[in-house]
Amino acid sequence: MIEVLAPGPLATIQDLGRPGFAAVGVGRSGAADRAALTLANRLVANPDDAAAVESLLGGLTVRALRQVWMAVTGAPAPATVDGTPVGHHSLFTLRAGQRLRLGSPPSGLRTYLAVRGGIDVPPILGSRSRDTLSGIGPDPLTEGTVLPVGPEPSAWPVTDLAPVAPPPSGPVTLRAIRGPRDRFLVDPRALQRDGWVVGTRTDRIGMRLTGNTVAVDAAAGSIPSEGLTRGAIQLPPGGEPVVFLADHPTTGGYPVVAVLLDADVDRASQLRPGQPVRITLTD
Amino acid sequence: MRVLRYGDRALLVDLESGAVPPAALARACRAQVDGLLDATPAAQTVLLTLDTRTDPSEVRRQLAGLRFDGETSVQAARLARIAVRYDGPDLAEVARLTGLTPDEVVRRHTSGTWEVAFGGFAPGFAYLVGGDPALAVPRRDEPRTSVPAGSVALAGRYSAVYPRPSPGGWQLIGTTSAPLWDLDREPPALLQPGDRVQFEVAA
Repeated sequence: MIEVLAPGPLATIQDLGRPGFAAVGVGRSGAADRAALTLANRLVANPDDAAAVESLLGGLTVRALRQVWMAVTGAPAPATVDGTPVGHHSLFTLRAGQRLRLGSPPSGLRTYLAVRGGIDVPPILGSRSRDTLSGIGPDPLTEGTVLPVGPEPSAWPVTDLAPVAPPPSGPVTLRAIRGPRDRFLVDPRALQRDGWVVGTRTDRIGMRLTGNTVAVDAAAGSIPSEGLTRGAIQLPPGGEPVVFLADHPTTGGYPVVAVLLDADVDRASQLRPGQPVRITLTD
Repeated sequence: MRVLRYGDRALLVDLESGAVPPAALARACRAQVDGLLDATPAAQTVLLTLDTRTDPSEVRRQLAGLRFDGETSVQAARLARIAVRYDGPDLAEVARLTGLTPDEVVRRHTSGTWEVAFGGFAPGFAYLVGGDPALAVPRRDEPRTSVPAGSVALAGRYSAVYPRPSPGGWQLIGTTSAPLWDLDREPPALLQPGDRVQFEVAA
């Protein structure tokens, strides 16, 4: 078991989510940066979908109640064990009584802390993910939360370091496929212009792009509700696109004019408010 | 049926022509198409999300051979009876908008069955269609910041029950104590797409 001494701005438990309930209004949720969660799990030889802690902007401190193996991935929050730095994307142990502290990451938003055996809170509808939109899943961590750790898997860690580039702090290009409702784009080039930045209101549900606007066909104001996925780029009448992330609503009534490549949604999930974004569209 | 691209991990099936209800198509896809993570029925579409190993062109091929078994949809359709106290704060406004008396609004809301077209907005929130066309009303100009759980509402051609307190812009005509969403129940949602709903005046 590990005990939370400080949660930071927001720390939640996440796995790969609970697909299958969109028809009754529950989205998939799960880790915002799935590649980072999966990497953390692989470092401790967990199954890819084991539950870990997703820490927003660091500030998380935990104490081990028994010895555990851990790995930290995603936004490169400087990690220390009782004050001694431990590497990002590396395997380390936290002995009983030792404290792991995550500082503030210089880039990216979300850091993943995997524990060998996985965070073993009871699953809800098949997942341990906290869905911040629907309120389903384990509550965000607070000071004093004790997290059960599951039994160690039979597999053993085979690598102690994974050389993965951290999320960049500068401009990021995201690739998207046009459609399904790109006919509402008066000028598709508008979406690909320079000058987009991540808006100040960005969370696990989605992020708004500001700095430009895209002209929307007047007929687009009230299309019938359609399903949404993470990575969907929706265009409200104001012309500032919304990119949906892990806790997106299951349906929405504004046109989805393009959808990020699945591989690029993880990178989108690490973008900070104010960070420049470029979108490239493919047919 | 048109199949539209939706990024590299999903397809959007557009049923504009209306021959097949989205809820029925979603059910058929779940039963017959391999490699789906989820099928999301909506007003005129079904969004199919694919697992990472599935080739979208393979799903398109399977969609072309999809069979609609009338019996499955009838079996899946349950009838939920929901008792309502018609005391909503917008009942008089709905009467004014529709040109009916409040009693006539209630009579029309409780005559005949509604059908769950799709879910969304919140866990357990079901968009109901098939009611009396005279009850079509616009949303409120000013959405409420908090609509109480159990509020029975109208907007456009839809009726719905708010499963929990939330902001909302629909016209509130009544209240029910029926639990629309209960995680301790299997399934948690009282209303699934394809189900039928009979509203009744609470005794």
